[in-house]
Amino acid sequence: MSMPNKADCFSSLPFWQNGPAPGAFYNFPGTAASSSNYNDCGIQRTQTPMVTGSSVIGIQYKDGIIIAADVLASYGSLARFRNCERVMKVNDNIILGAGGDYADYQYLRSLIEQKIIDEKCLDDGFTLKPKSLHCWLTRVMYNKRSNFNPLWNNFIIGGIEDGKPFLGTVDKLGTAFSDPVIATGYGAYLATPILTKAYDANSQMTEEEATNLIYKVMQVLFYRDARSFPKYHLGVISKEKGVEIRGPIEIEHNWEVSTMGRNQLR
Amino acid sequence: MALVDREPSRYLPDYDVQAPKQLHFSPYADNGGSVVAIAGDDFSIIAADTRLSAGFSIYTRKQEKLFTLSSNTVLGCSGCWCDTLTLTRVMAARMQMYEHEHHKTMATPAAAQMLSTMLYYKRFFPYYVSNILAGLDSEGKGVIYRYDPVGHCEKNYYVAGGSSGALLQPLLDNQVGYLNQENVEKVPITKEKALAIIKDVFTSAAERDIYTGDGIFIKIITKDGIATDFFELRRD
Repeated sequence: MSMPNKADCFSSLPFWQNGPAPGAFYNFPGTAASSSNYNDCGIQRTQTPMVTGSSVIGIQYKDGIIIAADVLASYGSLARFRNCERVMKVNDNIILGAGGDYADYQYLRSLIEQKIIDEKCLDDGFTLKPKSLHCWLTRVMYNKRSNFNPLWNNFIIGGIEDGKPFLGTVDKLGTAFSDPVIATGYGAYLATPILTKAYDANSQMTEEEATNLIYKVMQVLFYRDARSFPKYHLGVISKEKGVEIRGPIEIEHNWEVSTMGRNQLR
Repeated sequence: MALVDREPSRYLPDYDVQAPKQLHFSPYADNGGSVVAIAGDDFSIIAADTRLSAGFSIYTRKQEKLFTLSSNTVLGCSGCWCDTLTLTRVMAARMQMYEHEHHKTMATPAAAQMLSTMLYYKRFFPYYVSNILAGLDSEGKGVIYRYDPVGHCEKNYYVAGGSSGALLQPLLDNQVGYLNQENVEKVPITKEKALAIIKDVFTSAAERDIYTGDGIFIKIITKDGIATDFFELRRD
């Protein structure tokens, strides 16, 4: 893979332009060898996620939005880091949940935190709104994917804008949409049907009903998604109470059925 | 990790395993969706389904895919949704720039040409979007323009595009274009007939195409402005 920027950050700069560099092979121009492997190593980008978070789920309730994600960051099938928060408060009217590569999330979190600080410094009374952050994230993700250097994440953005709840998502390509029920990863298969059914039956859930529903759904995910964990955080945002990050919340679980009546291993 | 999966000379098919393989990053996704447009003498109708999906999952059932560019131009997009978002945003910005520069809104044929140019500008990293532009020309006649992802533009008066494009185009050829019909009087299509045909063809498409369904948004463009309609489709 030949990259446009020939400067390899690990070796010294050439003495003069296109000239020999200290400690490096030099191929005279015009010879056959010069067009081959010289400086062909390129740069490494995220082609595959390393330490990953699993599903993130979000639902709209009567007064606001709830986002939930467990605390596990896996390294492949290894449950590597078991206390990683994946739901963050952005400001007083936005919460954000992240799945996928944890390092990419940490990088983006630092960008967002700086954005919020910059905005506070202006001290003009304006704050970032959820739709604006959603749109901004769309552009960041799309530009990164266009440079073949994606942030390998699924984000769920929740917030209150003009008194109305907003729930949206962005993936690593910049694919974005908003919906009252969103789940990423295995949650798309396991959680969405349960959440949609509950939401269609009662779109004006109270916070308590919604948190109970989320608990049930996180339990289902824990039972079936092998990359999940019985501990999760909740991001709750409402008009009256503002933002609250709750947790870690433990999930009750019981695997007795797996022994098929036999309580001892043979 | 190199971009090439494995060295071809070292590839031993006998030792291939049926296990998950390392997938490389693809900047494109197929998010489905269909767009149908029919133009008449004094109107233009464009409709798009509201399902946004990827593979076997439905992202959302109420995603509008029609973008009103001016009081008499509407763009319908389907394909890679992230490219659609980008393309339509740039398109809207350039419509506004034109308006500020020339103190008039861009006419439909001009917008059609601009879209073609914008698509071709990305010829070697295309927007993976199937576009259909509907509107009224300078004389108030309905026009439809269809595009391929790299900017080929063709003027038409009835078009089906997107995931059900290949399914619906022959149906429109027959029902709107009167193709392969004998002894038929080729009467110009009315607004009511066009609307009925659009609803019918989408109902048919939703039966066979998993990427089309849930509902359709319809925009009816006349000299009086743009009217919006919604029609339910099957949701499975």
